[in-house]
Amino acid sequence: MNIRYFAWVREKVGIEEETVTLPDHVATVADLITHLKTLDDNHAAAFADEEVIRVAVDQEHVEADTPLQGAREVAFFPPMTGG
Amino acid sequence: MTVTPTVRVQADDFDVDTETKHLTGGRHDVGAVVSFTGLCRDEGGRLAALELEHYPGMAEAEISRIAEDACRRWPLTGLTVVHRHGKLAPGANIVLVVAASAHRQAAFDAANYLMDFLKTRAPFWKKEHLKTGETSGWVEAKAIDDAAATRWNGA
Repeated sequence: MNIRYFAWVREKVGIEEETVTLPDHVATVADLITHLKTLDDNHAAAFADEEVIRVAVDQEHVEADTPLQGAREVAFFPPMTGG
Repeated sequence: MTVTPTVRVQADDFDVDTETKHLTGGRHDVGAVVSFTGLCRDEGGRLAALELEHYPGMAEAEISRIAEDACRRWPLTGLTVVHRHGKLAPGANIVLVVAASAHRQAAFDAANYLMDFLKTRAPFWKKEHLKTGETSGWVEAKAIDDAAATRWNGA
């Protein structure tokens, strides 16, 4: 699965994009965050305050309990500040 | 029948007159055009530039979803939204909404609605570059913007 990061989430993780092979127990967005936190210190730091982080699955906003089945791309980012 | 909004996400500047004429030229059913332009402030002389990061693809898709909602909610004759990305100097244009309708209220409301939801849902993030040469960091989302978007629920 393709994972993308934006703004300070990207800076903390240290990369813009990565491909992650999901373990069987990862079924939802929340499971994915738990898994990503175990990858290394940068991921753990980026997701330390995970309540703040927003998620999009295949370029649509979703909540943490959203299933990942069939998803191609998941993006993590801070609350938006455009306009 | 609802109109199809025009949505663009671009590094280049935009021209309000040109965009307005696209919605009014050659037609006689438009009685009101409301345009909103968001510009880069220097925050009291502190700021050298704002850097706008965006999520390519989703930025266009999300603004289009909001614009299509607005076209269903109000009887618009046309709607254009342009959002810039990249490093922008104080005084530069950031965002444009032009809403056209037969009567003013729909045009005012649709432009307002667009900006409220664009602020809280369109995937853009602002980073401040200071005149001292430092980066002061990412602009934080404001609760007042969330509240502005929430007020349309049930409206």
